[in-house]
Amino acid sequence: MIAHAIFFYTFSIIAVVSAIMVTASKNTVHSVFFLILDFISISCLFIMIGAEFLGMIMLIVYVGAVAVLFLFVVMMLNVAQQKNQWFVGQQSSRHIPIGLVISTLIFFEIIIVIGGWKFKPEIFDINNSISQASISNTHSLGKILYTDYIHVFQISGMILLVAMVGAIVLTFRQRSGVKRQSYIKQISRERAEGVEVLEVQSNKGVKLDD
Amino acid sequence: MIDIGLGHYLTLGAVIFSIGVIGIFLNRKNIIVILMSIELILLAVNINLVAFSIYLGDLAGQVFTLFILTVAAAEAAIGLAIIVVYFRNSGTIRVEEIDKLKG
Repeated sequence: MIAHAIFFYTFSIIAVVSAIMVTASKNTVHSVFFLILDFISISCLFIMIGAEFLGMIMLIVYVGAVAVLFLFVVMMLNVAQQKNQWFVGQQSSRHIPIGLVISTLIFFEIIIVIGGWKFKPEIFDINNSISQASISNTHSLGKILYTDYIHVFQISGMILLVAMVGAIVLTFRQRSGVKRQSYIKQISRERAEGVEVLEVQSNKGVKLDD
Repeated sequence: MIDIGLGHYLTLGAVIFSIGVIGIFLNRKNIIVILMSIELILLAVNINLVAFSIYLGDLAGQVFTLFILTVAAAEAAIGLAIIVVYFRNSGTIRVEEIDKLKG
């Protein structure tokens, strides 16, 4: 119990501090690194309370793919030099009180909801129980993911496909002046358009027009 | 205090959610940090779902966390693609200078 508390507080303090640093950091690259730290500590928390599969998936998907994608875009767009200027200029300082008020309001609303929340076992119809001690978290998750939630699973696959197609279509651009092979053109060439037989007269030569 | 329960995880989720909202409001620099704040908000939602799932003994929460992960990855990819295209066309992604839509 003590160990649980120690690890919970350690990881959650790291997570909260790095979340603050994501928004407050002057350099965008540093924000991305703090985002990675945040994801790692939250996935440690997930592994600690027993959702091992999700913790590992968080590491793979967020740290391995999403954060690297962010880092790639930050480096590619070369925005690292523009310093993060929160507190200068009237434009920015006008938004600070509004943001603080709204976010503290949301925070206390959530806290109030949690404080008044009571768990009544009889109103829940739990059929996806995880109380079987014999099988692991990954095993039980797979058992219901591919049976009860198969349609949602396939729809999430469609969402990923649409996202992939959308990202490719958005960033694809046709450059002019790039030499490219066209198989259709190569195959459908006729002799008449490729070869020309000329009658060369003596002392004249042949003029080829390109 | 020493006995970690559901409330602790929900409070952590609430704190990270609020930090994400602060990040969206206060960030005046570039839109990438706003996308990162949205990722933080989705992360807070994931914490809530996993905590409820573990403490209620129902796996549905973890399944839905998986789907939120999917949607978050798709959203990050599309958002970053839009940012790249915008940067190519206008040369800036500073939040104040993005006013093509006259918003």
